[in-house]
Amino acid sequence: MTALGNAIDVRGLTKRFGKKTAVNGIDIAVPEGQVWGFLGPNGSGKTTTIRMLCGLLNADAGEGTCLGYNFRTQAEQIKRETGYMTQKFSFWEDLSIRENLDFVARVYGLPGQRALVDETLEKLGLEQRQNQLAGELSGGWKQRLALAACTLHSPKLLLLDEPTAGVDPKARRDFWDEIHTLSGQHGITVLVSTHYMDEAERCDRIVYISGGNIVARGTVADIIAGSGLITFTVEGDGARQLAPKLRGHPGVVFIAFFGAMLHVSGYDRALLEQALAPYRNDPNLAIRETAPSLEDVFIQLQENNGGASA
Amino acid sequence: MNGRFSLARVFAMLGKEFIQMRRDRLTLAMLVGIPLMQLILFGYAINMVPRHLATVVSISDPGPFSDSIVAALANSSFFDVVKATNSPAEAHRMLAEGTASFAINIPPNFSRDLVRGVQPELLVEADATDPAAGAYAIGAITTIVSSALRNDLRGPLAARAYAPPPVNVVVHQLYNPENITRYNIVPGLLGMILTMTMVMVTSIALTRERERGTYENLLAMPMRPTEIMIGKITPNIFIGAFQSALILTVARFVFHVPMLGSLPLLAAAGMIYIAALLAVGYTFSTVAQNQMQAMQMTFFFFLPSIMLSGFIFPFRGMPEWAQWIGEVLPITHFLRVVRGILLKGNGFTEIWPDTWPMILFLFVVGAIAVLRFRRTLD
Repeated sequence: MTALGNAIDVRGLTKRFGKKTAVNGIDIAVPEGQVWGFLGPNGSGKTTTIRMLCGLLNADAGEGTCLGYNFRTQAEQIKRETGYMTQKFSFWEDLSIRENLDFVARVYGLPGQRALVDETLEKLGLEQRQNQLAGELSGGWKQRLALAACTLHSPKLLLLDEPTAGVDPKARRDFWDEIHTLSGQHGITVLVSTHYMDEAERCDRIVYISGGNIVARGTVADIIAGSGLITFTVEGDGARQLAPKLRGHPGVVFIAFFGAMLHVSGYDRALLEQALAPYRNDPNLAIRETAPSLEDVFIQLQENNGGASA
Repeated sequence: MNGRFSLARVFAMLGKEFIQMRRDRLTLAMLVGIPLMQLILFGYAINMVPRHLATVVSISDPGPFSDSIVAALANSSFFDVVKATNSPAEAHRMLAEGTASFAINIPPNFSRDLVRGVQPELLVEADATDPAAGAYAIGAITTIVSSALRNDLRGPLAARAYAPPPVNVVVHQLYNPENITRYNIVPGLLGMILTMTMVMVTSIALTRERERGTYENLLAMPMRPTEIMIGKITPNIFIGAFQSALILTVARFVFHVPMLGSLPLLAAAGMIYIAALLAVGYTFSTVAQNQMQAMQMTFFFFLPSIMLSGFIFPFRGMPEWAQWIGEVLPITHFLRVVRGILLKGNGFTEIWPDTWPMILFLFVVGAIAVLRFRRTLD
């Protein structure tokens, strides 16, 4: 692998379950050392893609490499150098924290197992609780343990499948600090799937997948700019009551609620202005243009590509 | 409103339960399959008065009288003459192997003594390891022989045909002369208990990992299927060995079951048997989606094992199709091996005919388990 190669470089990745095509010929190239966000509605094929990349599912079509290994034939080598964190906590709840780490260290045949586990426990701040069963940990701690366990063997690539689902904001922030440390200091490449916009914004690049197809990719700014979306906010008393009146107007593509505020978005500025014109003079309402948020863009992407989550 | 009994709510609950029942196909199959299986097994396969018992006749005095006896035995519904030989040693060997349940020995000079009216002895050796199996047949044998000879003893010999009986039937209950049922049941329990526990424990091996989501993690790590399998199965081998030792100790010191043969030989055969059972359990665990299904599959395997193996009901009493099913099950062979070693003092040569089927079973089912194992979540 060259110094500036791609950690993941696959083309035409396809997976079918019966008649349903879960992943429909997608291309992904993640340069080494970058953190990429993998977004898309539930059932869009994120988990399936990640599982194919680490050899947990056989791809029906596609070619390419993961860490320089053929992802279809060299799954064993890829597994040795990849850390995969499942969506649901998948370590052994009836083993203690230390026993879980010991097991992982032994499976990978890591030298200096005892010292390594000691060090990891200390880094996690779990030395005092090392003999507690993993099942007794709270969601946030389980997630930290899982991350520590799947990076124990110093992988070059981390595949994280919705790692922060159901975790409190503080724990999520700490988790992301850890991800950036791993990426920045150890040059680990990360592909992380998420539903959180703030997390997407922490990524170098975003890939948005819907119905098994990649429908947008690039930096956050690229994606917002590429959406061609124009958004106005409507703020003030009675803003909510405005939503049903605006819906159905040819210029309004969608409306989203942000507390008492409305985000009214569309593609055609003239038509959008026209839709909002009757309410411009309402003293209770403040209408102004804003940059569309990533969430606006994603909702629009989701609606344009088969609508509701499958 | 809420306090009153509401039929509508009952119907809502009923509706939900029926939908869920219909979705749980395996449970539904069990609810239909188990009664059918039980009915067929109890109705057709199980016969408390076993007939057509394999019999070897060892003839040291060939002649019309012995021909009549063989013919009469063959005509009776109790005995199937599988072999007529002139070697008493071969007859013994067949009893030890269990290929025959009875050996009927027609002694030298049988015809001469019969004609002279000195009541020759007809020695009937019965395999009494399963006392229930032979009781009715033994009861019938004197009548069968006497009436067979009655046809031959005509003219000047007619006087010999009636009282006192023309021959003196001597029955030797081999291996379990006192007809003690527990000598048969207790070694059988060894096979039974192992079947139940080994298959059950192993069938949840992978299923539990799958159910808890840890299976995905296991597969994501550089583990080979055989490594996972060996790691999963080995602890159960120890459990099986421990159980066997426990059962045999109790059998010996509490039930005073005789142990004539070699215990190391029994241990070796036991290991093969345990391995075969673990292969079954592991195969189930590659199929079952949850622990409930694994239990149901175990039960499906357990039922024919208890009924068709000769554990409770005499094997030879079953119709041929049921015996064929029984022959496939490892427990059928293991029961013969255990009873053979403990009660008959059998050695390797005698148990081999029942050892290789277990080995074959182990390899076939083991291969299925390995092939069924998926390295991926597909």
